[in-house]
Amino acid sequence: MITRRSFCKKALLIAGGLAVPLSALELFDPKRLLAEKDSPEKVRWGFLVDTYKCVGCGFCVKACKTENEVPYDANVTRTWVERYVITRNGKTWIDSPKGARDGFTTRKVALGEGNFQDIKDEDIEKAFFVPKLCNQCDNPPCVQVCPVGATYQTADGVVLVDRTWCIGCGYCIMGCPYGVRFFHPVYHVAEKCNFCYHRLAKGMKTACVDACPFGARRIGNLKDPDDPVTQIIMTERVSVLKEEYGTKPQVFYLGLTKEVK
Amino acid sequence: MKNHVWRPLYIALCIIALVLIARMVIVPKDFGIWERGYMYGWHRKGNEADWKAVKVKYRTAAYCKDCHPDKYNDLKQSPHANIMCENCHGPALGHPEDPRTMTIDRHRELCIRCHSRLPYKASGRGAIRGIDPQTHNPELECTVCHYPHNPKREVKR
Ligand code: HEC
Ligand code: HEC
Ligand code: HEC
Ligand code: HEC
Repeated sequence: MITRRSFCKKALLIAGGLAVPLSALELFDPKRLLAEKDSPEKVRWGFLVDTYKCVGCGFCVKACKTENEVPYDANVTRTWVERYVITRNGKTWIDSPKGARDGFTTRKVALGEGNFQDIKDEDIEKAFFVPKLCNQCDNPPCVQVCPVGATYQTADGVVLVDRTWCIGCGYCIMGCPYGVRFFHPVYHVAEKCNFCYHRLAKGMKTACVDACPFGARRIGNLKDPDDPVTQIIMTERVSVLKEEYGTKPQVFYLGLTKEVK
Repeated sequence: MKNHVWRPLYIALCIIALVLIARMVIVPKDFGIWERGYMYGWHRKGNEADWKAVKVKYRTAAYCKDCHPDKYNDLKQSPHANIMCENCHGPALGHPEDPRTMTIDRHRELCIRCHSRLPYKASGRGAIRGIDPQTHNPELECTVCHYPHNPKREVKR
């Protein structure tokens, strides 16, 4: 005969036992925790964008789309270039037609839906171009929100997406404060810049870095103090996008202004 | 103790066992917590190799040097020295086996990416000598008058 007391006891025990996830039974390995803290990895990829040098030719976008098989005519891209035109009356005009795949060939600023804004030369206070790409954050929010472990960070700091594992829920696309993620039009899974991981693996630079004729884009190893890119990041006045989000972006910019978001 | 108390429990245990077995079968062996830890390193290790295996398409100017030395040397001594050949000719991939020839883009759109004049002094664009594509010989291709591999030189025909 089961008593009320023993029934309650056992029921609580079983419910409690079921609530313990299997991963909690895994013991903490102090060696691994130490390894996570000061990782022995010799490489941490970082990126440097010099907005003074960018001329808005868009060759980087063209090369990126071709190299990474992002359909050329679909209006999505892993990297893009924004134009900022700040006029004397304090207005800021921003455009990036087709992600600047075909460069900026007219002074008319695209407003979308086939509308353009003509800006007179003498009204321009300052104007410049800002290339954008995945920041490969040290605290990537897109990775944290993935419910299935399809997006992750490698030891050298690059955030990748596992196409076979992604369920296409789109959380990461919403979670990225920089808007660098999108759905791949062919595979229908999350897609993003991965610093051309296949090129880095072969000792090459990313397609956009190779395509840039003006040195506006550079990639380097942040763990190597002698790397020219690392030296600039350490010694010059660089900034990152949306620092207040605490994502610790690893794409550094020279020459940003307060208008750039 | 009465059977009807335990029976639902057995069923629940069976379901849990089934889920665990299915999980063992479906989840790949190399799925786990890797270098970046519990927070960011939870993934299938084999996917890193998948990404590394993507084919390289842009092979950079050093690749063209041996077979097209004339063009290479012209370009490297010109104001266009830093423009990668493949920016204008498309990715080399398997060239010259496949494709045998590369695209030759004579469109004005190619050149005005940089040369359409934009008065943006705060950027490098302001320093490139620009033209107004609407008025600078609009009916002709640029290459009729300018040699793309060294625009300083006369076009030889
Ligand atoms: C292994 C030697 C080799 C290399 C390397 C090579 N090419 Fe070629 N290329 C050829 C040959 C041979 C042809 C002529 C094919 C034909 O006409 O059937 C050719 C043709 C071309 C053409 C077309 C010429 C025409 O008149 O139609 C272009 C453009 C070109 N190459 C550009 C490049 C560029 C850019 C690179 C570097 C990324 C490159 N090639 C690397 C051998 C090479
Ligand atoms: C600024 C863009 C640009 C760059 C950079 C460029 N080309 Fe060209 N190339 C052209 C154009 C445009 C033509 C067509 C010329 C014409 O119609 O006279 C051409 C023609 C050619 C041809 C075939 C035509 C001929 O005259 O025999 C070859 C081969 C070639 N380029 C190779 C190269 C190589 C190799 C490089 C890199 C070292 C290179 N090009 C860089 C624009 C470019
Ligand atoms: C990636 C940007 C870029 C592209 C694309 C480009 N150029 Fe240039 N071009 C330059 C730069 C940079 C200079 C050197 C700076 C200057 O002279 O203003 C230059 C210089 C020139 C000059 C002046 C040469 C002199 O010193 O007399 C001519 C003419 C020219 N380019 C023609 C062309 C033509 C034709 C094309 C298309 C086949 C082309 N460019 C494509 C960047 C580019
Ligand atoms: C009918 C021949 C012709 C065509 C076509 C032509 N140009 Fe020119 N271009 C010239 C001549 C001649 C000059 C030098 C005289 C001058 O400065 O106007 C020149 C000068 C230039 C300069 C130097 C301007 C400066 O301030 O020194 C650039 C850059 C240039 N052209 C680019 C282009 C581009 C880009 C195209 C195609 C969109 C093009 N040209 C088409 C004949 C031509």
